[in-house]
Amino acid sequence: ITCLVMYLFAEFDDAANLLAANPDATTISIDEPVEIPKNQHSHLQEPGREEDDELLGTDDSDKTELLAGQKKSAPFWTFEYYQTFFDVDTYQVLDRIKGSVFPVPGKNFVRLYIRSNPDLYGPFWICATLVFTIAVSGNLSNFFIHLGKPTYHYVPEFRKVSIAATTIYAYAWLVPLALWGFLMWRNSKVMNIVSYSFLEIVCVYGYSLFIYIPTAILWIIPQKVVRWVLMVFSLCLSGSVLVMTFWPAVRDDNRRIAVATVASILLLHALLAVGCLAYFFDAPELDIPAPIIPAHNATTVITKSH
Amino acid sequence: FPGLADVSISQDIPVEGEITVPVGSHSPDEDYSTLDEPVKDTIMRDLKAVGKKFVHVMYPRKSSALLRDWDLWGPLVLCVSLALMLQGGSADSKDDGGPQFAEVFVIIWFGAVVITLNSKLLGGTISFFQSLCVLGYCVMPLTVGMLVCRLVLLAGAGTVSFIIRLIVVGAMFAWSTLASTAFLADSQPPNRKALVVYPIFLFYFVISWMILTFTPQ
Repeated sequence: ITCLVMYLFAEFDDAANLLAANPDATTISIDEPVEIPKNQHSHLQEPGREEDDELLGTDDSDKTELLAGQKKSAPFWTFEYYQTFFDVDTYQVLDRIKGSVFPVPGKNFVRLYIRSNPDLYGPFWICATLVFTIAVSGNLSNFFIHLGKPTYHYVPEFRKVSIAATTIYAYAWLVPLALWGFLMWRNSKVMNIVSYSFLEIVCVYGYSLFIYIPTAILWIIPQKVVRWVLMVFSLCLSGSVLVMTFWPAVRDDNRRIAVATVASILLLHALLAVGCLAYFFDAPELDIPAPIIPAHNATTVITKSH
Repeated sequence: FPGLADVSISQDIPVEGEITVPVGSHSPDEDYSTLDEPVKDTIMRDLKAVGKKFVHVMYPRKSSALLRDWDLWGPLVLCVSLALMLQGGSADSKDDGGPQFAEVFVIIWFGAVVITLNSKLLGGTISFFQSLCVLGYCVMPLTVGMLVCRLVLLAGAGTVSFIIRLIVVGAMFAWSTLASTAFLADSQPPNRKALVVYPIFLFYFVISWMILTFTPQ
C-alpha cells in the first residue's frame, strides 16, 4: 500500500510541476475508482464524484492534508500562488453554497464540499454581498418604518456601509484565525484525528454566512416576531454547519473544552446576527398609539394608511 | 504582473521627417515627431480616442478597439463628475448623509481594481489596465442617469419623481452591466463566466443604489 501511495504522490508531483509551469493547460487524468480525487481541470472527474463522496466522508484527514500541501507549489510572492485559491468553477461554488444552506446531518461541510480545495472566492464575495445587503436592507426597512411621519427626512445612511464592512470582514477573517490558532494549540496537546487548515476554516465561515443574505432581505418586513423567527431559523442552519464541522475536531479533547469551544463558536455567530439586526434595522414601532391593539391588526392599519 | 505583458502603446507614433544627410548638428527632437506637431493635434488625438470609446459604450458591440487601446482618462472624468454630482445631498455634515466625494472615488476605483484582480485570479486573459478601462467607461450610463436624476429632482421630490428616477436608474444599471459584460465575458474561461459577472453586477448595483438614494437638501 505504501508503495502505491508513494507512486501516486510521485505522479502528483509531476502533474503539479507541469501545472505550475503551464497553468492554463488542461490536464486529463484517468480516475482510478479507489483513489483520492484530483483537483485539476478534469471533466472525467464527474462520474467518479459519487464514489468519492462516500469515501471521503469516512476518510481521515492526513491524506487530504498531504494533498493540500502538494497543490500550492508556487512561492507565495508569485501570482500563481494566489490563483490556486481561486481554482473553482461556477458549479463548485454553487454546490458549496447549497451545502451551507441545506446541511446534511452527519456530513461534514469541509469533507464533503471543500475536499482540500479551499477557495477564497466564496468567502470574499459572500461577505461583500452581505455587507451591501445589510446596509441596503437596513436603509429600506428604516424608510418603510418611518414613512408617513411628518418629521421624517430620508437619509441614505452611507456611514453604515463602512461599519458593516468592518464588522463582517473582521468576523469572517479574525474569528477563523483565532479558532485556527486555538485548534493548533489544542492539537499540540491532544492528538486529534481531524484538523483543518486556516483556509478551510475561513471557507466554512464564509459559506456559512450565506444564509444571512436572504435573511437580511427578509428583515425588511417590519415585524418583530417575523424578524426573530427568521433570525433563529438562519442561526440554526448556519450554526449547524459550523457545529458539524468543528465538533469532530474537538471531540477527542477534554469534554469541557470541546463543549466550551463549540458553544463560543455558536455564541459569536449569534452575536453577529443579533448585533446586525439591532444596529442596522430600527425597531418597528406601532404608528397607532393604542397599546391594546395586537400586532396583527396594527400592521394592517399601517399598510392601509399607505 | 504577467497580465501587463499585453499592454499596447495606444497611438502609432507617425514617422515623419526628411531623409537628408545630416550636416552640422543633429537635433534629438527629430526622433520624437509629436514634439513638432501643434499641441492642438496631440490633444485632439487623445480626445478622439476617448470619444470613440464613449460611443463604443453607448452601442456595445464586441469590438477589440476598446480593449486594445486602453486609457484611463474617460474613467477619471466619469468618476469625478459622478462624485461631484453626488455632493450637495442631504445632511452632508452629519454622519448619516450620503457618500462623500472621497468615498465615491474609493468605491469606484477600489471596486474596479478588486473586480479586475478577481477576474485575473479566476484565470481571465484580459490585462489589468484593459479591465480597469472597460469597467470605468461602463460607468458612463450611470453618470448620465445621475444627471437625469438631478434634473428630475429639480422639478420636485415626490412619488412620481421617485418612480421616474427608479426606472431611469434601473435602465442605466442594466445598460452598464450588459455593456461591461459584453466586453469582459469573452476573456474568461467558459465554466467561470458567472463567477466573474456577479461581482460586476454587485459593483454597478452599489453605484446605482448611491445614485437612487441621493436626496437633495
